[in-house]
Amino acid sequence: MSVRPANSFIGSPIERVEDLRFLRGRGTYVSDLNRPNQLHAVLLRSPEAHGRLRGIDCTRALALPGVHAVIKASDLGARVPHIPLRLQPLPQLEPFHQPMLAFDKVRYVGEPLAVVIADSAGIAEDALELIDVSIDPLPAITDKSSADAAAAVLFESHGSNRAMVWTATRGDADAAFASADLVLKESFRVQRHAAMFMEPRGFVAEWDVESERLTVWGAAKVAWTNRRILATAMEIPETSVEMIEVDVGGGFGSRGEFYPEDYLIPAASRIVGRPIKWTEDRREHLMCANHARDIECDVEMAVAKDGRILGLRGMAYADIGAYFRTNGSVGPRNVAQFMSGPYKIENIHLQTTQLTTNKTPSGTYRGPGRFETDFIRERMIDLAAKKLGIDGVAMRRLNLVADADMPYPLASITPYDSSTELDSGDYHHVFDLCLEKFGWNEKSALQGKLIDGRYHGLSVGSFIEGGAAGPKEDARLVLETDGSLTVYLGSSAVGQGLQTIMTQIAADAMEFPFERIRVLHGSTSHVTEGFGSYHSRSTVMGGSAILLAADKLKAMIRESAASKLGCAASEVQIDGETVVTKGASHPLAGLADKPLEAEATFFNKKYTYAYGTQAAHVSVDPGTGHVQVHDYLSVEDVGRMINPLTLHGQAIGGIVQGLGGTFLEHLIYDEHGQLLTGSLADYLMPTASDFPVIRSITLELKPSPNNPLGAKGAGEGGIIPVGGIIANAVANALSHLDVQPMELPLSPPRVWRLIRDAQEAKRSM
Amino acid sequence: MMKIEFEVNGKPVSVDVDPRLSLADCLRSELGLTGTHLGCEHGVCGACTVIVNGAAVRSCLMLAVQASGDSVVTVEGLSNDEALTPLQASFRKHHALQCGFCTPGMVTTAHALLTHEPDCDEDRVRDVLSGNICRCTGYVPIVEAVLDARAAYGSKGE
Amino acid sequence: MPILAFRLAAPEMLVDLKYVEGLDRIAIDKDGVTLGAKVRWCDIEADERLATAHPLLAEAIRHVAHYQIRNRGTVGGSLAHADPAAEMPGIAVTCDAVLTLAGPTGERQVAAAGFFEGALQTSLAADELITQVHLPAWPAARRWGFREFARRRGDFALAGIAAFYDVDPRGRAVDPHIGVIGASDRPRRLARAEAALSGKVVDSASIAEAAAAASAEVDPPSDIHAPADYRRALVATMVERALAHAAR
Repeated sequence: MSVRPANSFIGSPIERVEDLRFLRGRGTYVSDLNRPNQLHAVLLRSPEAHGRLRGIDCTRALALPGVHAVIKASDLGARVPHIPLRLQPLPQLEPFHQPMLAFDKVRYVGEPLAVVIADSAGIAEDALELIDVSIDPLPAITDKSSADAAAAVLFESHGSNRAMVWTATRGDADAAFASADLVLKESFRVQRHAAMFMEPRGFVAEWDVESERLTVWGAAKVAWTNRRILATAMEIPETSVEMIEVDVGGGFGSRGEFYPEDYLIPAASRIVGRPIKWTEDRREHLMCANHARDIECDVEMAVAKDGRILGLRGMAYADIGAYFRTNGSVGPRNVAQFMSGPYKIENIHLQTTQLTTNKTPSGTYRGPGRFETDFIRERMIDLAAKKLGIDGVAMRRLNLVADADMPYPLASITPYDSSTELDSGDYHHVFDLCLEKFGWNEKSALQGKLIDGRYHGLSVGSFIEGGAAGPKEDARLVLETDGSLTVYLGSSAVGQGLQTIMTQIAADAMEFPFERIRVLHGSTSHVTEGFGSYHSRSTVMGGSAILLAADKLKAMIRESAASKLGCAASEVQIDGETVVTKGASHPLAGLADKPLEAEATFFNKKYTYAYGTQAAHVSVDPGTGHVQVHDYLSVEDVGRMINPLTLHGQAIGGIVQGLGGTFLEHLIYDEHGQLLTGSLADYLMPTASDFPVIRSITLELKPSPNNPLGAKGAGEGGIIPVGGIIANAVANALSHLDVQPMELPLSPPRVWRLIRDAQEAKRSM
Repeated sequence: MMKIEFEVNGKPVSVDVDPRLSLADCLRSELGLTGTHLGCEHGVCGACTVIVNGAAVRSCLMLAVQASGDSVVTVEGLSNDEALTPLQASFRKHHALQCGFCTPGMVTTAHALLTHEPDCDEDRVRDVLSGNICRCTGYVPIVEAVLDARAAYGSKGE
Repeated sequence: MPILAFRLAAPEMLVDLKYVEGLDRIAIDKDGVTLGAKVRWCDIEADERLATAHPLLAEAIRHVAHYQIRNRGTVGGSLAHADPAAEMPGIAVTCDAVLTLAGPTGERQVAAAGFFEGALQTSLAADELITQVHLPAWPAARRWGFREFARRRGDFALAGIAAFYDVDPRGRAVDPHIGVIGASDRPRRLARAEAALSGKVVDSASIAEAAAAASAEVDPPSDIHAPADYRRALVATMVERALAHAAR
């Protein structure tokens, strides 16, 4: 298994194949599709955050011309199906699974209550206004204090709003704290925000009455898993369901997880007997797609006086909303397991309690748990350095995991046991390179300086990015009779340029011309089983599967050629368009009468860890609380780059998303559990004028030993340390006031208040 | 229903529409021009930007009936050619798109801008594009792509 | 339109002024600047005469929304919508503009200050429309400043200040006008801040006095974007900066 350098597409900045259609408006996203005879679905959603559902009266809605049906929970069979967990499916979490439609209680604003089917989405929306919903309200639980006060519990059978606890341990934390020179104890908060991809979710589902087969357009991320969940819920065989992936307008962890609509739209098609189309609007998206990152955390750090970090201890509280969604534990778990990041911290006892509240359920968003935990850790390091009177840069260098310590085990976590280790890396080299390229020494004269009414600050910090989740991925390579190559993959595209990247890998693996390769992915008919795109896994897993399948296919091609050319298979060379042996050759086209096909599976249990360092230069306007980012640099080692163009793009995109989470984005609820940020005028995302200077350098320093490509999952990394780095830069800018941000987002009002409070504290001293 | 006539991508069209139908919905569902995307339907994201009588506007904030007699250009109409326009090619070269969903709005906005102001500077490009949300790229490559495409619109250079 | 898209309003009838002629002129004469109701933000941006005829208007309108909105949004639409954070109503009130309203019984003229009654509320009757707004003449030597602070470029301001004054031969401010947007339920002039400046040389001391007066005078709302105390402080900052620009 190897990649020969006959082609050298891997590592080249190949312009993307996808762009040709996207740039001319010829992409096909799910809402661009229509089926003959289709009807449209719109969901009736709970207007209340918490309450007992007494009744839904659809009489007036059903009388509206053009309305075909209103589907309620009672229409879904004797027991309303619930959505199982995809990741960490612990049996004790079953009570918290979300029903496809609420039937006894409602637990968040936006929870699906019924599906209206009509000739058009407009008519269905008209009908919504004619449905009378009766709900007896219960007290809304909207944060940790109300969850603990428990004026009401979401799940009476569980009896508490604390659902479960994750525990990450390594070494002996209590002993480390007993021997520490400094113990620092602080509390942090990260606000609820979300992936907010640009293409709204949607499906077109068609139930074929004759064959009892279901086709679903709009699959994304994990089509095979979702097919299993859907088939189970609909009580039909998996093989009766085909999930089709079309162009997908962004994922970032949130799209493609199984939501109620993933079942409701296909189920509606079966009930009504016609194709059904559904597209959410942005307000629904804000209320219904997974939220993320809502934590508060009390954490302690034990430090020796030379700056060595001896231990971490603490408890995080993750407000996961009303139900456990498919991957709802990943972020909270990661907060505990990855708080040590790229630093050598031998003694850890960190826990995360998952709280249920009357808010939208949560799931993963790019760098789940890592963005939050890096904010906490990088802040703690700066706070500790300040207390000890040492330089934060030196303290970080002192604590980074050394190359010689690799592989380096991280804390293991229970109850869903997981152990993992940092695979490879020269963390110190990347750290120093980032400082050099950033111009740290030159810029450090700016630290804390007041220039033209703004205070300037710098900071630097390091991170790790996990990737390449197992267990496996499938690839099927087909040499067509015309000599072209078709690659069928279990990976999914969510906008990351999968088609181009996989073509590059296949071209090098098969030594084929780029143009002769077609990549098909994400639809359940392509390979036996697929695991999709999450945890930065597509390139490593899908790419490695291509290499394995290519080896098999090349062997088959040599066999065929050997019999055709009358030589030994080992003498045959494949050079893209022909097979060659001593004195004879044959074009690949027509080599065999039927397509040659090889399928292979890449198995992997070990994660890859890309890593890097980022640095920022900001200035703070004390009159408005506005923070300007003057320079932001990320240096990351990904082991091996397939396409520098797309990787660079993802790094910069990730950083800007991180800046959005740091400064702008916030899903705000009132005390009644109503979402106040129901539009993109209220949920603020970065725009082109907000963060003009973002730089990224990607390295191929230390390949991963865990896969044949040597690649590491990458593309989430950019976002991970941003909150911590910016908060430290703001603290450094305002060091004369000892301003210490402990909470995100760093909105102008929050920064202004920190400054004002610090000024008042100073005055009263 | 109201009957309206207007021009789309250089061709006259005549459609019967509900007065409440937005221009964006009309383009997508009545005329099959699905390159115009709807990301928010409340005038913030810019994915639905089309060019009406030479000016970039949000087609979700305009009713179809208001376009009566107008000339509308969508992303599909930027070129009749099979090749990418210089602006589109510049987007590709700079990797100014990932998922592609905001791209039609970016391209139509940038096309309108460069048509009127081929000599615009980076600040102006960022100002104009701040009405279009992209979640993937962080905007850096989009701004580079637009600046790089100025020459094709007759920029006198800097 | 977003209000319709969210189904917060379902009007029985909408009237498009597209084919009404004569409302799209920017007229400039010795009496001032008259903007027709259909004048778009991009028309104001493109009219080079306004740099001298009304520099405060030209500067304020640069802050309105985004490119695509500026290509379609109109003076009349903004005045009628009456968002308390919008620039055009703020300029109209600060500059003592007069609006012309046309109804079934003919035209009437109302002062901008009396036109705005609250957030999204005006004295425009259901059967009336705004045809034009007149801004009084702008002396060439007039000093002015406009500052607003929004979360992002093109967003509604959390607070904004439009200010101008004339200068007497001894360098003192005459008849200062200071108007606020975004920190009140409607655009309004800040009488106490104006009084703090009136008859004084505009320097850091008088600016600080005016800023403090403005801050005390506003009664800003609290919402998800900013609490009232922040907006109150921001008003002072914006007054300082607008006046510093005026006095530069």
